Amino acid sequence: MGELRLMKGNEVIAEAAIRCGCDGYFGYPITPQSEVMETLMNRRPWDETGMVVLQAESEVASINMVYGAAGAGKKVMTSSSSPGISLMAEGISYLAGAELPCLIVNVQRGGPGLGTIQPSQADYFQATKGGGHGDYRLIVLAPASVQEMNDFVDLSFELAFKYRNPVMILSDGAIGQMMEKVELADYKPRWTDEEVKEVSGSWAAIGKSPDREQNIITSLELASDKMEQNNIRFQAKYQKIQENEVRFEAIDCDDADYILVAFGSSARVCQKTIQLARAKGHKVGLLRPITLFPFPTEEIKRLAGRVKGFLSVEMNAGQMVEDVRLAVNGKVPVEYYGRMGGIIPSPDEVEKALEQKLIGE
Amino acid sequence: MAEVAENIQNIIKPENLVYQKSPVLTDKVMHYCPGCSHGVVHKIIAEVIDEMGIQEDTIGVSPVGCSVFAYNYIDIDWHEAAHGRAPAVATGVKRVFPNKFVFSYQGDGDLAAIGTAETMHAVNRGENIVMVFINNAIYGMTGGQMAPTTMVGQVTATTPYGRDVDLNGYPLKITELIAQLPGAAYVTRQSVQTAAAVKKTKKAIRKAFEIQANKKGTAFVEVVATCNSGWKISPVDSNEWMEEHMFPFYPLGDLKDGEKEDPEALKMNV
Repeated sequence: MGELRLMKGNEVIAEAAIRCGCDGYFGYPITPQSEVMETLMNRRPWDETGMVVLQAESEVASINMVYGAAGAGKKVMTSSSSPGISLMAEGISYLAGAELPCLIVNVQRGGPGLGTIQPSQADYFQATKGGGHGDYRLIVLAPASVQEMNDFVDLSFELAFKYRNPVMILSDGAIGQMMEKVELADYKPRWTDEEVKEVSGSWAAIGKSPDREQNIITSLELASDKMEQNNIRFQAKYQKIQENEVRFEAIDCDDADYILVAFGSSARVCQKTIQLARAKGHKVGLLRPITLFPFPTEEIKRLAGRVKGFLSVEMNAGQMVEDVRLAVNGKVPVEYYGRMGGIIPSPDEVEKALEQKLIGE
Repeated sequence: MAEVAENIQNIIKPENLVYQKSPVLTDKVMHYCPGCSHGVVHKIIAEVIDEMGIQEDTIGVSPVGCSVFAYNYIDIDWHEAAHGRAPAVATGVKRVFPNKFVFSYQGDGDLAAIGTAETMHAVNRGENIVMVFINNAIYGMTGGQMAPTTMVGQVTATTPYGRDVDLNGYPLKITELIAQLPGAAYVTRQSVQTAAAVKKTKKAIRKAFEIQANKKGTAFVEVVATCNSGWKISPVDSNEWMEEHMFPFYPLGDLKDGEKEDPEALKMNV
């Protein structure tokens, strides 16, 4: 059993980064995730593990610092909240284009624009469909507890280096701010220079030794025939990620007539909703996508073969519901229920919506 | 060509060799226009890296603009940064590799317009990096539009009647601003239009890398440069135009020579 603590989700991101051997964090304060950098600055990991922490002049600068340090083959990360992630979009596209491993944490707040500082899931499209320019994908993990905030940091770096791709933890202000019991991971040492060379020496800009060609971190290719080959390579990688990295949790789905599909905070709400519905005699289950890209399309397709309908429950205007509909492909009804502007739906209102939109028919 | 190369090998002997291409320059043919200053500055950087014996330990950050392909010519590991972001990328590299030599290379639009914030803040933190700034008063790669450093009255693709201060503001003396920042150790403005000027610039860039070795703060080298294609005059006329119009506004020489300010002297007394 690892060390048990009562911590905020944002604090755990910082603690998990230090413990998993992260080399650097570059960020800029924004509510509701500022505790990530505050915790790091309080912990002074540079004295303990050698991890560097830097408050940048903007989100634009922090994501580009991540680009530089990730291109050096190091385990590096940033965190922000929705408006800040928009500012990082250019840099994230460059990271994807240069195939650099890194972790980006988005503790979402409501939008558009300056919006609200209350929790939201309105960045689903931005996280899973691109966000920046060009054809690219992030691997997107959606934690539903403080424990998962902890667990997904190390997992993100593992996936980022496995596929040489940026990974996003798509959290929200509720999970970032709430305190829960968490079992912390044991310390893993940071990679030595030799280990960095072993893991990333074939591509990272770590200093050119005479025995090899230059390593150049770039997303630029002016020759269209070569650029198309790059794009084909990226798409093949995304395909491989879809085949191998789908993660989801299914609760009470085996005998269910109706399935709620929800991630993160709204999945927490839906856990209560299925209890309320079952108390009324309705067989309802919850499918919680843990990876939003890759999306659990096959599992939903499988369930669509035998259930009567799906309700996608989201803290946005209905974004993930599009992916649920694509998976179900018209076999059974797919409805959406959600709240916006930083409102978290109650289990009761979701249950009512389920009855009105699906069961009541 | 092979025959010519062989003849050259027969003619050039160690005893009569007076100049050779730096081994840190690759054999790729440069894409720069004849008369452009970039090639000369690339050569100087390559020579300094070679002479200091730091090829294996040097990482460059190239910009967006004509010198986006600097990585094709200087034989080291590189990062190609987004437009304006080279100082932030260089910061990221240097922070995780404090013992490597890191330099950024940027033009005027990249460093002094879209990347002003990254430029000022990297220097203000006193990042131990070398920043090379090529100021040719125009956007070269996109076809000769107005740069932040374009002279008042200068005709460009986006100032077809000449730069008008009421419309476009003043040419930005960003190097003077940088010299005010406590994180700057060495700030200088040089040029490369004559052999003597090339020698001086090489001395300045060598000094900048030595400052980085000693972790004294940011070393910033501006090179006032020509872009005869963008200016639409000959290379020779470009040198004259630069001397006549740019040097009075962007005077050459050291703006700061020392080390970053002592933080102890600035600390609040609590």
